Amino acid sequence: MKLKNLFVMTAAALAATPSLADINVGVIASMTGPAAALGAETRKAVSLFPATVGGEKVNFILLDDTTDPTAAVKNARKLISEDKVDAILGPNLISTATAIADVANAEKVPMISVAPLDVSGDKRGFVFRSEPSADLMVQRVVADMLANGVKTVGFIGFSDSWGEVLHKALTKAAEGKITIVASERYGRADPSVQAQALKVISAKPDAVFVGASGTPAAMPQITLRERGFKGRIYQSHGVTSKEFLRVGGKNVEGALIPVGPVLVAEQLPDSHPSKKSAVAFVQTLEAKYGADSRSTFAGASWDAWLLLQNAITGAQKAKIKAGTPEFRAALRDGIEKTSKLVGTNGVYTMGPNDHAGYDASAIVLIKVENNHWKLVK
Amino acid sequence: MDAEIIAMLGQDGVTNGAIYALLALALVLVFAVTRVIFIPQGEFLAWGALTMAALEGGHLPTTVWLLAGLGVLALGVDLFSATGRRTIGRSVLWNLAYPLALAGLLWVLPLAELSTWARVIVTLAIVVPMGPMLYRVAFQPVAEAPVLVLLIISVAVHLAMVGFGLLAFGPEGSRTTPFSEAQLELGTLMVGGHTLVVILASLVLIVGLYLFFDRTLYGKALRATAINRNGARLMGISPALAGRLTFFLAAVIGVLSGVLVAPLTTIYYDSGFLIGLKGFVAAIIGGLASYPLAAAGAILVGLLESFSSFWASAFKDVIVFTLIIPVLMWRSLTSHHVEEEE
Repeated sequence: MKLKNLFVMTAAALAATPSLADINVGVIASMTGPAAALGAETRKAVSLFPATVGGEKVNFILLDDTTDPTAAVKNARKLISEDKVDAILGPNLISTATAIADVANAEKVPMISVAPLDVSGDKRGFVFRSEPSADLMVQRVVADMLANGVKTVGFIGFSDSWGEVLHKALTKAAEGKITIVASERYGRADPSVQAQALKVISAKPDAVFVGASGTPAAMPQITLRERGFKGRIYQSHGVTSKEFLRVGGKNVEGALIPVGPVLVAEQLPDSHPSKKSAVAFVQTLEAKYGADSRSTFAGASWDAWLLLQNAITGAQKAKIKAGTPEFRAALRDGIEKTSKLVGTNGVYTMGPNDHAGYDASAIVLIKVENNHWKLVK
Repeated sequence: MDAEIIAMLGQDGVTNGAIYALLALALVLVFAVTRVIFIPQGEFLAWGALTMAALEGGHLPTTVWLLAGLGVLALGVDLFSATGRRTIGRSVLWNLAYPLALAGLLWVLPLAELSTWARVIVTLAIVVPMGPMLYRVAFQPVAEAPVLVLLIISVAVHLAMVGFGLLAFGPEGSRTTPFSEAQLELGTLMVGGHTLVVILASLVLIVGLYLFFDRTLYGKALRATAINRNGARLMGISPALAGRLTFFLAAVIGVLSGVLVAPLTTIYYDSGFLIGLKGFVAAIIGGLASYPLAAAGAILVGLLESFSSFWASAFKDVIVFTLIIPVLMWRSLTSHHVEEEE
């Protein structure tokens, strides 16, 4: 009996030791499952995070949510109860982020999501995000359509929540200015979008907006071009990975995409606020992972860390000890007070009523040219 | 909606239907001979397509190592239930020497310069032997188990293959270049060369299978096993051989359909399941027993999918999978049910 007690006490002492001295940050990402491509980008960014902040050691605990909200919640609970984390970064998808947000709010652990989940009203609490909303991105697309005299637009998007989010954003942004003449849906794993493409073409739109993400977004554009559609084709910001260019090949030439500036860091005009930090990030990342390994997703994860780092520095100045509830509350307040923080993907100014704090003027429009991203001036 | 659109939708539906038909035939075949509802059929499609894509990109396909790993497993099972020196010798040859020889050959070959046909053959050589090995490892030891147990094992094999697929190919998908870029004009209709290749290849495969089952001794042995397993056994047909042969054929069909579908759409490590499921709907239409009905069902599924994507794209999959309900009702009302002896 005595021996057993001794074990329990030793184990408790061992488990408690690191959390008192260091800052612990939990990172949840979709490293396997359908969103594995996004999780891989987060992992790249995490590998570049510093080991110390203000002389204090920072431990990053990276967990895989397998693109499953249930697993994401399990991870969040494990991070909070076992690893005693001071903050959570991630996850990659709205579905997983929404699931974790409730846990973060209930346990009072600040969380910065890299998915554009809804942070309005009472969902705010301890939840922040470093990714601009789909609305802002689509507004940039609609602005470009108007500037180019587009009057009618066709929509082909995923038959899931992402397609729905983009369709709503397009409907809202285009209201009264551009008519949506066709709205078609397809699944990520569908063998063909011929029928949807035919229907969109038969509605004779001036432009088409593809509401999809990743490599499956290439298929509608390929089919539209094969079927002889000559108008402008816009993609969402969910396609900005090298894989999209590889799969799409010559048929995605000319695709117009709204993105955070990190993707075209070097091409930005010097007046762009994020130019310096974006170029620095891209150089570090590509020194480690090879040329063209950048993505806006890695940039968003990096920005989430910048927001947190800023708050950690603030809490350290106030001499609050890491691992305590006060420290977590201080981090939350610190993130909320973020003002004009320049990240790789834009400039962030948070407030009690705005936990996204993304300045829309940082969004740029890019074009696929010779299988590369080209900034549209 | 005019005639031209109907023709285009029809063309698209028949093309996809041809692929579903191949998968449906493989499902019916595997079920008839071994009573396994072969859920991993779609994985052979995905692995075939992605191996082809890797070869096209000039990389050594990682499936070679999966083949070697599976071979070692199969050899282990053979050694464990050793029956004689000759069988062991053959097992070493096929499960160990062959994968390693193939890997060595691929190491030497200039992969990027292979012709399309050579790539198809290499893809077949890599992925197809996994079929019989899979049977040896997962199904042969429990060949006499009830259908439900076999189904559960088949689900497990499917999950394992999806996991290894992610490991081998990564989360991103690939496309390959079409076999033919030609565009033929038939009246007002443009027919893509690749569409014709898909339909022709499916027809050739179906006719080939018919000839195999009708004219060859091995084909007749499989048919006999499908009709009456015990009877066939008494006539000297080895159930193990029948199982391996069936899985070999299923793998051939799966890999070929993967090679055919890869230029049409982007294939991911987990794409096989959904495509296989549509083949399964078609196989159900054929009552998991009739080949012509399954093939017709597959064309029906393809056409239904194509036309429903045009009219109500958001509900396309719902419509396709709902098809199974009236079919099941019609089947259970028209055929009198015989309890299967287990």
